[in-house]
Amino acid sequence: MFNLHGYFPMILEGMLLTVEVALLSLVISVVLGMIGALAKLSNYRLARGAATVYTTIIRGIPDLVLMTVVYFGGQMLVNDIGYALEWEYIDISPFVAGTLTIGFIFGAYMTETFRGGILAVSKEEIEAGYAFGMKRSQVFLRLTLPLMVRHALPGFGNNWMVLAKTTALVSVIGLQDMVFKAGMAGGATRQPFTFYLVVAMLFLVITGVSDLGLRWVNRRFSIGVRSA
Amino acid sequence: MMDYEVIFSNIPLYFEGLWVTIQLVLMALVLGFFLALPIALLATSKNILLRVPPKSYIYFFRGTPLLVQMFMIYHGMGQFEAIRESVIWIVFKEAYWCALIAFALNTAGYTAEILRGTIEQTPFGEIEAARACGMSKTTLYRRIILPGTFRRALPAYGNEVIFMLHGSAVAGVITIVDLFGAAKIVNSRYFVPFESFITAGFFYLCVTFIIVGLFKKLEFRWYAHLHPRTI
Repeated sequence: MFNLHGYFPMILEGMLLTVEVALLSLVISVVLGMIGALAKLSNYRLARGAATVYTTIIRGIPDLVLMTVVYFGGQMLVNDIGYALEWEYIDISPFVAGTLTIGFIFGAYMTETFRGGILAVSKEEIEAGYAFGMKRSQVFLRLTLPLMVRHALPGFGNNWMVLAKTTALVSVIGLQDMVFKAGMAGGATRQPFTFYLVVAMLFLVITGVSDLGLRWVNRRFSIGVRSA
Repeated sequence: MMDYEVIFSNIPLYFEGLWVTIQLVLMALVLGFFLALPIALLATSKNILLRVPPKSYIYFFRGTPLLVQMFMIYHGMGQFEAIRESVIWIVFKEAYWCALIAFALNTAGYTAEILRGTIEQTPFGEIEAARACGMSKTTLYRRIILPGTFRRALPAYGNEVIFMLHGSAVAGVITIVDLFGAAKIVNSRYFVPFESFITAGFFYLCVTFIIVGLFKKLEFRWYAHLHPRTI
């Protein structure tokens, strides 16, 4: 059953694309999550409201639906704007649509994680910063940010694992990630089960490696934390 | 710019899709729950040999995408002649049943992990007290461990129900006319990608809010002992 007929390199190529999409959308989601968390904790009601609408709507709609909205609908929107402004034709590739959507979705989850992390930083440490005469920005960059990482890390790890699995959906909008390639190889060899199983295993490799990496980061950021 | 005429004229199609989505999700949740219970109980066993298979099951189904699991069943089962020639092919050749099986197995993995965690959280004093009362092992589980387990699992399980609802959209990929499938049909007939998918998204959003509301109500009842005392 495990004769892959030489298709394994092709699957690995697809895996590279999967990892690329995952890492790029992770970057987007972290940036959006940070902005969202700061907005949710800000003194401005408008910012808090906007962030709440963002997290509620994104977490209430399936990722697949959002992805198709961005991919198909975004293309129409860009076409309309481009037509009005007489741009040249701009093509929204599945790569751009997939990465942006996944980043946008997980930005909402990161918002909640980072908000929790920031709130978990103890008040005394912040007060100590102000007592030293630090400015607000200094307190945030030197104290709140490094300290919140420790609290936000478990949630961040969970989000990353879910994000990595969500990238499988980009195959639906035609991006040739490893799920897409497994479909092609499975069709050509009439062994779809074998190839999807291989892809499932490769996903387990991605999550397994991430788990090891996250543990290492967690150790580094928990230096000085006493535990039994 | 927006064209909502076609959406309104196709609203019945969306409701049909909604009905299919609700069917699939509800059946998958019920099947998945009854599958998850023995898996979770085995996963908390003290015998390592009994613990390995359920833990591997949980690891596999939580670690791989639902889309891939569904493809393994829908596209994959036809690979085996033994299955194609047997009676169960009636089940596996239908996209609907394949999606249901995939969803049930998937949610069983997540639910089992939730239950495993909450079974292990049972305060030991409760078990000790039950034993002191002379309860047998089955009575202990039925009366003490499981009720507490379900109560502690409720918030996490509510999230899982929402994840299942959202995950079920992949059924539309394999020709099933669920909510997402309905949006796909409307889009391909009238080429209104934005309006068609946003409408499906709106339906999902409404169902999500209803589920959140229901679980809030349920939590209010099940956590009655934690309410602040009122006069």
